[in-house]
Amino acid sequence: MSAAPSARRTEGPTLTQKLRARGLDGVTLLVLPCVVVAVALFVYPFLYGLWLSFHPKAGGDALTNYERFFSDPFLSKTIWTTLRLALPVTLLNLLIAVPIAFRVRLMKHQRLLTTILVLPITLGTVLIAEGMLFYFGPQGWFTRSLMWLGVLSHPLHIVHGYWGVFLSLVIAIFPFTFLLTLSYVTGIDPSLEQAAATLGASPAARFREVYLPLLLPGLAITFCLSFVQAFSVLPSAVLVGDPANTTRVISIAAYQAAFEEYDYSLASAIAMIMGAVQLVVVVVILGGRTLLYRGPVAAAKG
Amino acid sequence: MTVAPTKFETLRLEGVSRDFGTFNALKNLDLTIRRGEFVALLGPSGCGKTTALNCIAGLLDVTGGRIMLDDARIDTLRPEERGFGMVFQNYALFPHMNVRRNVGFGLKMRGVPKPEIDRRVDEVLATVRLTSQADKLPGQLSGGQQQRVAIARAIVIAPPLVLMDEPLSNLDAKLRLEMRGEIRRIHQSLGSTTIYVTHDQEEALSLADRIVVIREGVIRQVGTPAELFGAPAHLDVADFMGFRNRVPGRVIGRDGDFVTLDVGDGARLVGKPRDGVDDGAAAIAMARPDDLVPIDAATGIPAEIETIEYRGREYHGLARTAAGLEVFFSSPTALARGAKIRLGADPDRVLVYPEEPR
Repeated sequence: MSAAPSARRTEGPTLTQKLRARGLDGVTLLVLPCVVVAVALFVYPFLYGLWLSFHPKAGGDALTNYERFFSDPFLSKTIWTTLRLALPVTLLNLLIAVPIAFRVRLMKHQRLLTTILVLPITLGTVLIAEGMLFYFGPQGWFTRSLMWLGVLSHPLHIVHGYWGVFLSLVIAIFPFTFLLTLSYVTGIDPSLEQAAATLGASPAARFREVYLPLLLPGLAITFCLSFVQAFSVLPSAVLVGDPANTTRVISIAAYQAAFEEYDYSLASAIAMIMGAVQLVVVVVILGGRTLLYRGPVAAAKG
Repeated sequence: MTVAPTKFETLRLEGVSRDFGTFNALKNLDLTIRRGEFVALLGPSGCGKTTALNCIAGLLDVTGGRIMLDDARIDTLRPEERGFGMVFQNYALFPHMNVRRNVGFGLKMRGVPKPEIDRRVDEVLATVRLTSQADKLPGQLSGGQQQRVAIARAIVIAPPLVLMDEPLSNLDAKLRLEMRGEIRRIHQSLGSTTIYVTHDQEEALSLADRIVVIREGVIRQVGTPAELFGAPAHLDVADFMGFRNRVPGRVIGRDGDFVTLDVGDGARLVGKPRDGVDDGAAAIAMARPDDLVPIDAATGIPAEIETIEYRGREYHGLARTAAGLEVFFSSPTALARGAKIRLGADPDRVLVYPEEPR
């Protein structure tokens, strides 16, 4: 034993030490279960779907499914239908979440309000849709109250249409958008706003010059995550929407191909297109984000 | 936008109070600050000094009293309407703006034309010696540089009043001394009225024209550094000014400007009495560790040394009297732990206060 230390000194660091210097140690192994799960539940199905989409059910050219999707307006316009829902819903949620987050940040009973605002996340889209059918339906409280007040002369058709799905998505995704936004807003040091105020900045200028530039990178991430959720809408588009027409979103097309036509190959192609559209939007947003300031949002390192 | 006047003769706090629920952070504060003065608000943490500064800046509303800038009432104005420059404890630099934009922010908000902004920013950056760092982000600067950016940002708008909230507390000891000199230099070259919050008496003594000692939301004493250092008006101010030794006793004699205290064990302390010290009454003698030294006289306070440490020029020690009182003393020579000594002080350096109800 007595000779070991001197011998080691001449050999330099051991293999374990070298690996550790590169960030590889026992703890790194804990990532393995995640890799297994990711491969089994995401990578394999994705690659299998990609492969399947190039092998049309009826045989023929590898791109047949894609050609069919883009040449058949009944299929291809689902992209537009979905974007028409998902983009405004995501934007609206962000626009509501930011001011509420600013207000909640200053509140004493922050946890109570946050809990209330987050409650819809626990309900799930189906329960929300059911509630909306009762509340916003032709005989629901909403319509009846407005008619009783004389605002409306005939029942309003909110559910079973675009606005039904729109509302249900806003309700279902808002908590998620809000929580993310709140964490970004509270991360910004309030003394920055105070400093701006003492330097003569009006509340609007403080938001524009200080908060917004520091928030935008976070809001871009929030937008992407919320958008992806809204884009994959299925239950509410069927339950409170008009799934044959105005809310025939892309996931319905995929569902019908898979379980009504039993054409898994076409369904896979649609799923791939769906993923590609999401990816394009996310890449555009994140690309824009790289142009922004993305450093620390604290006042200083002190 | 009504902006407070850019020149003024006096800033007056008239009975300013601030409550947080049932907690009174500031109680009926009266204070007048004249143009060009450097005033330090000094007190232990939680004493209300930062609250007072925030009330002046407009970041906190007062819950009582008013703040007057000459004849204009300013406590009703929002911070952006007051136009005071403020340096925050954590500097509060905008992390996404480079030094130049940080410094120019106040001018931009005032609608100053771009060429003039550039000119004034260049000027002030030269003043704080940061010209070479103009294009860096705050995150790329050292603590001392960030601090100077914060000062530059506050003074570039030529504010009638500069407010500083413990601006040196995040710096290491060496840098703190350096920046202290820098702040004094900038104040002397600009002559801007400055209110400076600190808990560090040394900082206050070296920087301020006048020091306001605040404790538990109440002003305890206002005076020049020399007045506060030499003759604190109250026990707690004396304590804060470095009179760490607090020796209770009884007044047994008076001789001209001095009184003699019997402090027990046959020991005597002679010192200058403050108002309200009566013959025969209980009183408290206060002395700085520097002034309490081992003496040969039989009237010295007997104590046993508990710890002793080397401080370069001399030794500082802690001793305990027979009554269990801790006394801090200094000694030109090394003494052994456990040694029995007698301590005494020059009567000029001992202050005697009446016993206060605490």
